[in-house]
Amino acid sequence: MAYTVSKLTDYSAEALEKAAAGCVRACADEAAAVRNDAELKAFRDRWLGRKSGVLTQINDLWLKGAPKDAKREAGILVNELKARIQELVDGAQVSGSGDDADEQRVDISLPGVRRPIGAEHPVIKTTNEMVRVFQKLGYSVADGPVVETDYYNFEALNFPPNHPARDTQDTLFIAGQQSKPQRERLLLRTHTSPVQIRTMETMRPPIRIVIPGTVHRNDPPDASHSPMFHQIEGLAVDTNITFGDLKGTLDHAMKEFFGSSVKTSFRPSFFPFTEPSAEMFVSCFICGGSGKRGNDPCRPCKQTGWIEILGCGMVDPNVFEFVKDNAYDPKRVSGFAFGMGADRIALLKYGVDDLQLFFNGDVRFLGQFA
Amino acid sequence: MKISPQWVREFVDLTVDDHRLAEDLTGVGIAVEGTSGTGSDTVFEMEIGTNRPDAMNHYGVAREAAAVYDVPLKQLSVASGQRPVKTSQESSFPIAVEEPQLCPRFSARVVRGTKIKVSPAKIAHRLQLLDQRPISNAVDATNYVLWEMGKPTHVFDMDLLEGGRLIIRKAREGEKLKTLDGVERKLTSEDLVVADAKRPVGLAGVMGGFDTMITDKTRNILIESAWWDPVTVRKTSRRHGLHTDASHRFERGADFESTILSCDLVAALILESGGGELVGDAIDVVSRKIDQAPVVLRLSEVQRILGGNLDAGEIFRILKKLGFGLIPEGQADAQIRVHIPSWRLDVEREIDVIEEIARLHGYDKFENTLPAYSGAVVELPNAAMDASLRTRALALGYNEAVSLTFISHADAERFSSASVLELENPLSEEASVMRTSMAPGMLDMLAWNLNRDSENVRLFEMGRVYEMRGGERVEPARACLGATNTAVKSSLPVGGALDVSKGEPAAAAEAFRGFKGDVENLLAAFAYRDLSFDRETAEYFHPGRSARVLMDGAVVAQFGQIAESVKAERKLRQDVFLAELDLERLHARGLRTVRFAPLGKYPAVERDFSFVFGDDVEFEAMRRAVMGLGLGVLRSFAPVEIFRGGSIAPGKYSILLRARLQSDEGTLRDEQIAQWSSQIVAALQGLGGVQRA
Repeated sequence: MAYTVSKLTDYSAEALEKAAAGCVRACADEAAAVRNDAELKAFRDRWLGRKSGVLTQINDLWLKGAPKDAKREAGILVNELKARIQELVDGAQVSGSGDDADEQRVDISLPGVRRPIGAEHPVIKTTNEMVRVFQKLGYSVADGPVVETDYYNFEALNFPPNHPARDTQDTLFIAGQQSKPQRERLLLRTHTSPVQIRTMETMRPPIRIVIPGTVHRNDPPDASHSPMFHQIEGLAVDTNITFGDLKGTLDHAMKEFFGSSVKTSFRPSFFPFTEPSAEMFVSCFICGGSGKRGNDPCRPCKQTGWIEILGCGMVDPNVFEFVKDNAYDPKRVSGFAFGMGADRIALLKYGVDDLQLFFNGDVRFLGQFA
Repeated sequence: MKISPQWVREFVDLTVDDHRLAEDLTGVGIAVEGTSGTGSDTVFEMEIGTNRPDAMNHYGVAREAAAVYDVPLKQLSVASGQRPVKTSQESSFPIAVEEPQLCPRFSARVVRGTKIKVSPAKIAHRLQLLDQRPISNAVDATNYVLWEMGKPTHVFDMDLLEGGRLIIRKAREGEKLKTLDGVERKLTSEDLVVADAKRPVGLAGVMGGFDTMITDKTRNILIESAWWDPVTVRKTSRRHGLHTDASHRFERGADFESTILSCDLVAALILESGGGELVGDAIDVVSRKIDQAPVVLRLSEVQRILGGNLDAGEIFRILKKLGFGLIPEGQADAQIRVHIPSWRLDVEREIDVIEEIARLHGYDKFENTLPAYSGAVVELPNAAMDASLRTRALALGYNEAVSLTFISHADAERFSSASVLELENPLSEEASVMRTSMAPGMLDMLAWNLNRDSENVRLFEMGRVYEMRGGERVEPARACLGATNTAVKSSLPVGGALDVSKGEPAAAAEAFRGFKGDVENLLAAFAYRDLSFDRETAEYFHPGRSARVLMDGAVVAQFGQIAESVKAERKLRQDVFLAELDLERLHARGLRTVRFAPLGKYPAVERDFSFVFGDDVEFEAMRRAVMGLGLGVLRSFAPVEIFRGGSIAPGKYSILLRARLQSDEGTLRDEQIAQWSSQIVAALQGLGGVQRA
């Protein structure tokens, strides 16, 4: 039964308070029962409406009809009551599930409006991640020119002129260099290793550098070759560097990069600028080293459980001889170097089957990395 | 290169199976990359480093296996039962070495009265396993010996050698030699040849001559086994584009001591299958000994380079097994004199010996350690700027791309005035110079996407261009943005168009503005006071829809819609936008450092001004005029709506401009606002604008 304002006859203090309390209780009950915005509005109007709201009625019925001697008391009481009712009305909130929640709801299954976010290039992302691993190990980033001289790309890295090891590099040469001495002839660096020499020329030991960069070789493009690709090179030289340090550093870095469960294995190899030289394999991070994916053969590791990731070795003393004047005396210092292909690692990491996808800017491909 | 494990087992008794053998050889760097065939026909596909010609044959692989398993290696020699019958006759076939530096040793043997026929089944089968084509018993004998013990040899039909002698000399310029492959080659004075009295009969260390080769009619054979200068062989091989199994080994260094043995092995095989007699002793002309100096090995150095704790006994065992001779020097094995076997020309220094120790010990057996370090860690100077730019481009919805660094001559000319670096041996005409501009690569990528119906394409690339400046090569950093028209339009705010006129010009103006905003957002990363725009863009931009950006007066970028001609030339299916940022110049400016500006305490007031202007008055003129009033309270002055057509006369446009006024000192009073507004109106009228009611 909705609250209605009745005329007061008894203006004693007790009777007034009782009437006020009844009014507040009724208002509180109604406030609690409000279930939706429409009801809230009706509730507000019923109590505070200027023309015929409850408060207006109380003003009319209780205050105006009060006997002279009770007017003062009644006035105070009605003012307090008004404040209290105002408070209750203001505090009223929609509770429970409103009848028209169904009408107002949205289809939350509709696709969200996704403002486009650019994707990092997978090779650059991979490079940056790898560089960060070495930065945490105390390596500074170094770089050098892509168009290099024969001296930095070959000679100072212990590839003598006319050495068969040069054949493995499939070098792209800059035209019109014949009149220069061989060591000054320009070519596109075939590896990031020239930056080892350039850095050692300017920085004295100890050094630890990591060198991300673009390199080129005369390889026609196909699914696994590109005339341009990316390497990440590293070099550490100090008075105390051993082959065990090379292995330990790379093992740590690979666990950081691929996850702590990968293992590393090193096999003898040959590079003119390192001795001993090694190829480093990591246990296949796709099949976990089993060589199998379920019942199928694991293709990335060719079922061997191992994936070749990089070449490395102890810096050849002949290389130090080229920068000996800057405190790289091979009798006093030793060091290790390593180099890996960022593109190949990205191919393996993301399961990409065609190297060319990295270099044609196809947004159907790039967008997948957003 | 292929190796038959069955053949290897002839020289060393192994208990392991082929699978295990392959693994263990790989573990010491004699890498078996794959296995094919089964049983005795199993073949290993090998990957032997260029420094190990000694292991590019069966005996060499057997030597490694003997060291790995610590078992004896059988001697390689002509079995006594097969030892050919020598006659007492003088073998003397005169050999004149005119180039002792290039031919330190030339050995030969003479076989007379033999018969040329097909090789015995065992020989032919083995060669076939290695993908070698059997030819005849005499030729196959040389091939067999090459694969057995690595020393290339050659057989001549002795009766076809004119003048009964051989001369080792430089070829005469223009002299001709038809090589075994039937190709007539023009020689240069750099080529070293084996010649008879009249003409060259072989390209030294590379390939024999066609005219003196073994035929069915051959009866008398001269077997040649020489040691050639590696660089000379390599140069000749490259000059004639002739890479042979022989040149491959000679240019990496053959075994100086194996010339006689290889002759004997070839002779034995010929005599065994074709009969005949071995005439006299071996001919051996040694003009110069290839001396391999002994190497001093210090155990302390082994420790310094390898770390860990290798036992001296293990070191000695490894070296002995590989054929190194060891003589202790000084006290307690601390230093050893190591004599290098003749087949290991790659071992010259202490470090080379240390590598042998590490290799056979097993790399994986060395403990993993981490070195201490006390140096500083530094970033590249531009790293923070590049990272900031990249993050902004990504946030603006541009996918990061990487394009090839080569462009065509035509593109280099069209997109840059820089002096190019041309490739000597390019992959193609389209990729014959190093890029001097990022634009062609970006346009190619946009075209690629449009041709595949990907329309909302936004790409950015950061990289370098390559050019010659004043004779020096430089590699300035650049960034490039590319977007298709649809992509630019889709990023415009719905209902937020400034130019609300109908038609293509308004749409183009809006698209340009959308792209310009991206460029401004990128540039906002850098420190500058003033950014201005002019129309001085390159010809490959649309002349009316492109702009050059000046940062405090210096050109840092150009951007806009691409020219119609370029669009047509590259068959672009829709308008595209391109922005080129000169990172070299931007890097010099550094990143903007943020200085906090207090938030306004008093309310801001906006006043709109509706004007009609002639098309020749651009917004920039209005902005300057109004900013030039020097009103301290003017916080911004921006266009809100532009309209052409309707009641606006042709050649004119209506523009709604909004000024935002705010003071730090107090709430603005109406009469002040009215005063400033009339100043703004007057300024705009001064430009010829007519205020609309």
